[in-house]
Amino acid sequence: MMKIWSMKKQQKDAEVAAAASGKKKFSAADLRVIKDLEHLSLSDTMELKRELDNYKNFTLAINPDEGMYKGGHFEFAFEIKPTFPYDAPKVRCTQKIYHPNIDLEGNVCLNILREDWKPVLNLNAIFVGVQYLFLEPNASDPLNKEAAEDLKHNREGFKRNVRAAMGGGTVKGESFDRVLK
Amino acid sequence: MAAADVATLHNGSEGPRTRWKYLDRILDRPGPFTDPESFVPGNHETLEIAKVLVIGAGGLGCEVLKNLALSGFKDIHVIDMDTIDVSNLNRQFLFRAADVGKYKAEVAAAFVEKRVKGVKITPYCGKIQDKDEAYYKQFALIVCGLDSIEARRWINSMLVGMVDGNDPDSMKPLIDGGTEGFKGQAKVIFPTMTSCIECQLDMHAPRAAVPLCTLATIPRQPQHCIEWAHIIAWEEERKEMTLDTDDPEHITWLFQKALKRAKEFNIPGVTYSMTQGVVKNIIPAIASTNAIVAASCCNEAFKILTNANPFLGFPETDGYMMYTGDESVYTYTFEYKKKEDCPVCGEDALARPLQIDPEATLQEFVDSLAERPEAQLKTPSIRTTEKSLYIQSAADYERMTRPNLEKKMKDLTAEGEEMLISDKAFPMMFKFVVVWKK
Ligand SMILES: [Zn+2]
Repeated sequence: MMKIWSMKKQQKDAEVAAAASGKKKFSAADLRVIKDLEHLSLSDTMELKRELDNYKNFTLAINPDEGMYKGGHFEFAFEIKPTFPYDAPKVRCTQKIYHPNIDLEGNVCLNILREDWKPVLNLNAIFVGVQYLFLEPNASDPLNKEAAEDLKHNREGFKRNVRAAMGGGTVKGESFDRVLK
Repeated sequence: MAAADVATLHNGSEGPRTRWKYLDRILDRPGPFTDPESFVPGNHETLEIAKVLVIGAGGLGCEVLKNLALSGFKDIHVIDMDTIDVSNLNRQFLFRAADVGKYKAEVAAAFVEKRVKGVKITPYCGKIQDKDEAYYKQFALIVCGLDSIEARRWINSMLVGMVDGNDPDSMKPLIDGGTEGFKGQAKVIFPTMTSCIECQLDMHAPRAAVPLCTLATIPRQPQHCIEWAHIIAWEEERKEMTLDTDDPEHITWLFQKALKRAKEFNIPGVTYSMTQGVVKNIIPAIASTNAIVAASCCNEAFKILTNANPFLGFPETDGYMMYTGDESVYTYTFEYKKKEDCPVCGEDALARPLQIDPEATLQEFVDSLAERPEAQLKTPSIRTTEKSLYIQSAADYERMTRPNLEKKMKDLTAEGEEMLISDKAFPMMFKFVVVWKK
């Protein structure tokens, strides 16, 4: 053990002893999420709403400026678990929207939130992934089956439904939240 | 050769050390690989007085406690918060049916103490988070047999944070064992010197997750139906309730939902215990894998303390042994490199003392950061574990925290508090411990 310690001395000169005993410390998850939040590169179409001292819960808003969802404002609640980044954050759309990959409860089907999540991925990657759902809704991974069928078989009808739903209208008997900016 | 195997053959009727006859052959003379600079022949004392901590008294923990006691360790402490469940009895061999419901740490300690004369085992029935630095400081090394990544990360960051550059005794070797079915690993970490649990986080296989859309639209396996009930149905119908995986009513509800869904899709096989297993993410444990990994952890503990032979994890050598038994047998030992930017043990993440004038304003402190040669942070964001003092990474946070600039440091933080300083311009964060300038 002393031998290992002597290697440490060579590696770096000793710092003064810390006086921190008994005080609260940043958890590993805290450190990682703060690091991720500090180094976001948000595009103009993304907004992050976060209370100052709350790193565990925040809202990401996506305001698509192209594609079928252009002109909308979509909010996602993020919940960072103490196991982050071992576990992906929990992400949920807080509005009821018409989208093939988001169900009426707000569950989001995005590969990097579940089967493809890795601790090396960061929050920025998830933000970009969520935004991508609005540029390229994916009919082959449906969470809202009806919307996916529409997108697959009747693209023009799907577009009309998207507009109607975003305006707070009704699609096939289901009423949606108004999400126009 | 494992001292434990032979030690049991001799049960001490021919003198006090007869039982340890073969152990003494290792302790009394050097072998061909022994480092003569570190090894003291005939030193029996180190093992006898070394206080070691075992975290976890489950599948791995039972093996570890037994092995340490039979290898000559005399002062062993064990922490576990769990009580014994019937399902533990098939492999956690220190427990009997009559022990169901009792604390694992207590029963395991009593069992080994009774079986191996002269060993003292001190149990603590509670969480590792209940204990502070002073507690962990008393041990020579720590052996972990945990099934939770959260607990591993906690003890890891505790041990990294404890290292004090002036005190060799503040660096506690962490020997971490883990198993999952036929696979397992044993690794040795010298906190701040070699790669830590956080550095290795991507080595931990993530939970096998099924795409949400598969669960929602085309379930194929009974597990898919259970996951659907767990993730989607619960949120839909019981949103106001927090799921408690230990509450039988909650598991029953999920089970019923999953069963109904499985019927709709003609999928057989959903059971109550499968529901419990999927929801609590229970990974099947195999007794022999535990035995292999625990044996390897204990041999390393023995070698680290006695210097009888080179051990796993010496800086700049291999520190990670993986065992793969699910496809024939394969083992591989390698060096997992320390991550420079590790948020726990990275050079900049180690909490260093920072002398601050308690009477200075935050503005003055911010200015001083730009001048400090080691920092030169022009747009720092500063936070303590209690609150954000000044945040410049976004305009609205800057506005919210700007009033703090006029306040005195003594009104914003306290001695001993951790302070995190980051700057958008740099990828790293600096962690400090506040020390008042006298
Ligand atoms: Zn590390």
